[in-house]
Amino acid sequence: MKISLGPVWAVAKKDLLLEVRNREIVVSILVFSGLVFIIFNFAIELTRVNRDTVGPGVLWVAFIFAAILGLNRSFIIEKDGNALEGMMLSPIGRDTILVGKTLGNLLFMLAALVVLFPVFTALFNVNVLKPEIIVIAALATVGLATTGTMFAALSVNTRAREIMLPVLFLPIAVPILIAAVEGTAQITQGGNWSEAAEWLQILAAFDIVFVIAALLTFQFLLED
Amino acid sequence: MIKESSPGAGQPKTQTADFAVVRATGVHKAYGDAGVLTGLNLEVPRGETITIFGPNGAGKTTLLRVLGSLTRPDRGEIAINGFSLKEQAAFARSTIGVVMHSSLLYGDLTARENLRFYGKLFGLGDAEDRIETLARRLNVAHRLDDKVRDLSHGLEKRVSFVRALLHRPRLLLLDEPESGLDQNTLGIFEELLAEFRAGGGATVLVTHSLELGLALSDRIAILGGGRIVFDDRSENVTIEELPEIYRRFTGEVS
Repeated sequence: MKISLGPVWAVAKKDLLLEVRNREIVVSILVFSGLVFIIFNFAIELTRVNRDTVGPGVLWVAFIFAAILGLNRSFIIEKDGNALEGMMLSPIGRDTILVGKTLGNLLFMLAALVVLFPVFTALFNVNVLKPEIIVIAALATVGLATTGTMFAALSVNTRAREIMLPVLFLPIAVPILIAAVEGTAQITQGGNWSEAAEWLQILAAFDIVFVIAALLTFQFLLED
Repeated sequence: MIKESSPGAGQPKTQTADFAVVRATGVHKAYGDAGVLTGLNLEVPRGETITIFGPNGAGKTTLLRVLGSLTRPDRGEIAINGFSLKEQAAFARSTIGVVMHSSLLYGDLTARENLRFYGKLFGLGDAEDRIETLARRLNVAHRLDDKVRDLSHGLEKRVSFVRALLHRPRLLLLDEPESGLDQNTLGIFEELLAEFRAGGGATVLVTHSLELGLALSDRIAILGGGRIVFDDRSENVTIEELPEIYRRFTGEVS
């Protein structure tokens, strides 16, 4: 396995350029998450007591479902004109392609979070714009982008790819989701770094495991 | 686990100066129970263009995909320009240019953005001059800054040719390259192919057009039952004889 940064960045930059032109991935994440926030805001009777505990669950569940839309979209654009095969015909390895796609997806998800956090804070009156929660979000997003890209690559050639991705991805993403929700809840309920440390460590550990697993498996995911 | 070395890692030791551009031995590929390639052998030397004919489903496209390392064969050995596809696929791919049915281009990027992107993937430092030269040659330079989605099928195909030739490949794999090309562009394509051949490049061409295939190639082959069932020099076959040969070896009318 030899991954060069040049081609990785070329793949990610190409995805960014396509996104700037189409605004399909970030916008779909934003619209879906925003709608879920609004629906939950009306559906759940939020009190000062429960909004700090319920809010983080709404935030991360909305984001993870929205991320699935974005992940699916990031590979559908590769099927248009069979451009994915064009990349596979170049000398860069399959793992390089997928590391580039992961980087692109990571940047899209982080960009979406930058918008979603203030929206969530305004709608739920729960301040998630805190350094501890931003670090939790960054770590969670690394894990979600890595595993999500892995399973999106796996499901892109299946007929029921829209169903396959969540079915494969969500069970694997559960530990990240739990750690992100619990860690965020600790902070929204007045906790600090030391109280969130346990969840931060769990997120970092899962990130390491998922990144290693992805690097080891990426080269086999795009085989016929 | 197959370890794949990359072109950036230095020249592999197994490549020799005297090699066939394509050497495929005992290649098998099946999809489910259906054997598409069943022990196919093929050798294409430098500077040779071979056209492969065959009915639909004969495995022509699968053969090109296997040679391009898009599809892994179940069994058999393939070396492209001396590089084994099992161990040195990245080196092999750096010497191959492919034109397929699909353009392999991003519709929402301009032709130039697509070509720059592929230039980077092939490790070309500054591909601008090369892009301009090839685009002018294929008469598509005036549309380089248009989105691929806005190009006609024929223009998109021309951009595909630029993409395939961008990195100066030594092997061209062409899957029905004539589709969508007008007579003028077909003439340019024939000239480019002749130049490519004169420069020592080898071409594996798949087409249903017996006339075009015979005219463009040094050698013709017919694929049937997953292997090469007919293989001869083009000069030994006339266009009048070819339909009958095709019918005899495939059981189908061309």
